[in-house]
Amino acid sequence: MGLSQEELVDVISQEYQHGFVTDIESDALPPGLSEDVIRQISKIKGEPEFLLEWRLEAYRHWLTLTEPKWSTINHHTIDYQDITYYSAPRAPENQPTSLDEIDPRLLETYEKLGIPIDEQKALSGIAVDAVFDSVSVATTFKDKLNEYGIIFCSFSEAVKNHPDLIKKYLGSVVPPRDNFFASLNSAVFSDGSFVYVPKGVHCPMELSSYFRINAAKSGQFERTLIIAEEGSKVSYLEGCTAPMRDENQLHAAVVELIAHKDAQIKYSTIQNWYPGDKEGKGGIYNFVTKRGICKGDNAKISWTQVETGSAVTWKYPSVILKGDNSVGEFYSVALTGNYQQADTGTKMIHIGKNSRSTIISKGISAGHGQNAYRGLVRVAPGAENARNYSQCDSLLIGDQCGAHTFPYLEVRNPTAKVEHEASTSKIGESQLFFCKQRGLSEEDAVSLIVNGFCKEVFKELPMEFAVEARKLLSISLEDSVG
Amino acid sequence: MLEIENLHAAVDQKPILKGLNLSVKPGEIHAIMGPNGSGKSTLANVLAGDENYDVTQGNVMYQGMSLLEMAPEIRAREGLFLAFQYPVEMPGVNNMVLLKAALNAKLKHQGKEEIDAADFLKLIKSRLEIVEMDRKLLNRSVNEGFSGGEKKRNEILQMAVLEPQLAILDETDSGLDIDALQTVSRGINQLKSPSRSIVLVTHYQRILDYVSPDFVHILINGQIAMSGDRELALEVEKRGYGWLEFQN
Repeated sequence: MGLSQEELVDVISQEYQHGFVTDIESDALPPGLSEDVIRQISKIKGEPEFLLEWRLEAYRHWLTLTEPKWSTINHHTIDYQDITYYSAPRAPENQPTSLDEIDPRLLETYEKLGIPIDEQKALSGIAVDAVFDSVSVATTFKDKLNEYGIIFCSFSEAVKNHPDLIKKYLGSVVPPRDNFFASLNSAVFSDGSFVYVPKGVHCPMELSSYFRINAAKSGQFERTLIIAEEGSKVSYLEGCTAPMRDENQLHAAVVELIAHKDAQIKYSTIQNWYPGDKEGKGGIYNFVTKRGICKGDNAKISWTQVETGSAVTWKYPSVILKGDNSVGEFYSVALTGNYQQADTGTKMIHIGKNSRSTIISKGISAGHGQNAYRGLVRVAPGAENARNYSQCDSLLIGDQCGAHTFPYLEVRNPTAKVEHEASTSKIGESQLFFCKQRGLSEEDAVSLIVNGFCKEVFKELPMEFAVEARKLLSISLEDSVG
Repeated sequence: MLEIENLHAAVDQKPILKGLNLSVKPGEIHAIMGPNGSGKSTLANVLAGDENYDVTQGNVMYQGMSLLEMAPEIRAREGLFLAFQYPVEMPGVNNMVLLKAALNAKLKHQGKEEIDAADFLKLIKSRLEIVEMDRKLLNRSVNEGFSGGEKKRNEILQMAVLEPQLAILDETDSGLDIDALQTVSRGINQLKSPSRSIVLVTHYQRILDYVSPDFVHILINGQIAMSGDRELALEVEKRGYGWLEFQN
C-alpha cells in the first residue's frame, strides 16, 4: 500500500485544505456562560430534567476549578465568557427527517471535505455521523445498522430515544467532576455521537463521526458514548477540521467507551483541526478527555490517533483494565510543525488479573513545534501478572523544535511486568542524500522517512484512513525542511 | 558521457581533489584505484552532488549538461547513479516502496507514464535474478538489518531497476566475500551496454578479475597519477601504490 509519488507531490504543495467557511445562517446563543445559558441549551434540545440537573451540577463544580497547569503547553488565556456555547446551522421549521431534506450547503460542505453523507455516493462499509458546530446534521446507514440492533445516532437523539442508556452510562467513565475541561464539557455539551452494539453483534461496517467547527467564536463541546455489550465488536473513527481563523477556538470533547465481557472497541482519530498559521496565529485549542473501560473479562479497547492539527493538543486517551485478561492499546502519531504544541499520551490502569497493555507513541516535531509524550501505567495491587509494553519514539526535523517524554510508572504488584523503551532521532542527512541520489525530491524523501517512522501506528488504522493519514502528514510537513 | 576538467574539491576546507581530469565515453568501464585518502570516494560523492563536499574549481560536463549546476535529484533522474560505499539504513521505509518511488521519479522526469503495479512487479522479478537476491528482502525496510553483502546487492538491484546511463560504484567490492563478489560482478556485467558507462571505484584489483575495465586510473593525492589498462592494475597489485607515489 502506498501513495504514489505524484499524489505525494500534489499534497505537499497544498496548505491547510479545509480552511474554508460555509456561508450559512446559524442560530446561536450569545457568547457567555451562565446557568441560564445551560438551561437554554438543555431547553433547545428538549432534554429531560435529570440531564439538566446533571449539567448544572457539573457547571457548579467547574466554577470551583482552575485550568490545569501541569502540561508543557503555553497558550493565550481563554476567556470563557467570550465563547459561544451553542451554534447550529438554521434548519427548516421541522427537523429534516431524511437526508434529502438537509440544507444542500451542508451537504456541499461535507462533500468538499471528502466526507460522504449521501448514502448513494458513500464508501460502502462506512456509516457517518456529521457534526456541524454544535449539532449533528446527518447520520447515514441508520436503517441498515438497525437491522442488527445497532444504535448509531446523534447524542441528542439518543437522549430522546434511549434516555435509560444515557442515564446508565453518561459520566460513568469520565465523571462530570473529572477535570476542568471534562466538567466544562459536561455542563455545555451540545451534541456528538452515540453507539450501542448489542450482545454478540459484530458491527458490519465502520462507524465514523466527522466534526466540523464552522461558526466564528464558537466552541465545540461534543460528547461521544460507545457501549459494546458482551461479545460484541465495533470499529469507530472520528475526523475533525475547522476553517482558518486568526483567533483561537476551543474544542473540549469527552469520549467514553464501555466494553463489556469479551467485547472489543477500536477507536481511531484523525485530528486535523486548523493548526494556526506559520507565525502561530490562530488555530484550535484541543482539550479532550477520552477514556474507556474494559468492564468485563477479556474485553479489549484500542485507541489509535493521528494528530496533525490544532494549535494546542492536550489529550490522553486512556483505558481502565478492570476485567481479567482485558487488553488496552494506544497507538499514536502526533505531529507538531510551525508553532504547534502537543502534550499527549495515555493512561493504562491495570486492575484485572493478566491485563495487558501496549503503548506505541510516535512524536514528530518540525519547525518550532513542541511535542510531549505523557503517559501513566498504573498496576493495582490485585492486578496479578499485568503486562505493559511502552515504546515512545521521537523524530526531530530541523533544530528549532523539541521533543519531551514523561513516562509515569506506578507498579503495586510484584508479578507485573512493565517495559518502557524510548528513542529520539533526527532525520539523517545521509538518508536524505541517499533518497535524492535515487531521484526523490527533498519533500518526498522526508515524507517517505516520516511515513516509515509512523508505520507501526498507521497499520492499525482502517485501510482508507491509513491513506488519508499519510496524505495529511505530507501536507503538514510542507516547508518543514530546508 | 562524462568530461571532468581540472576538478578541485574540499571537505571542511581541506583540499582533497586537486585538479582531476577524466573523460568517459558511452559503453566504457573505467576503474579508479588508489590508496586510502587519495580522493576516490570524494570524486564519487562530488559527482553525485553531496553538499558536504565543496567544489572549489573545475568543470564537469555530463551528457552535454553542466553537472555541477544540477541538484542531486536531477542528476539522478538524468541517469547518474551512485552505489554507496556505506548504504544507509531507512527504518520503516519498505524496499519496494523506495524502488517504485525512485523509478517513477525518473519516468516522470522523462515525461513518461508512471509504471503500474503489475509491470513493476514483473520488472523487479527479472532484476532480482540478476543480483540473486532473496525475495524476502524486498518487503523489508531498506537495508535495515541487512548483512554487508545484502546491502551491496541491494545497491546493485536499485541500479538494475533504474537503468542509469552513468553508474558510479563506490567500493562496491569492499567487505564482500568471494561468492558475493562474484554475484555482484555478474550483476554489473549484465548491465554492461554500449550506451551505459560504468565508473568503478575500488581499492583492490580483485573485482577486476570479474569485471573487465577498458581503462584503469590510479588516483594519488587528488590527481590521476597514471592511466592504463588492466595490466596497470595488476602492476599496482604487485608493487603497491608506493611505487607510483615514488614515480610522482
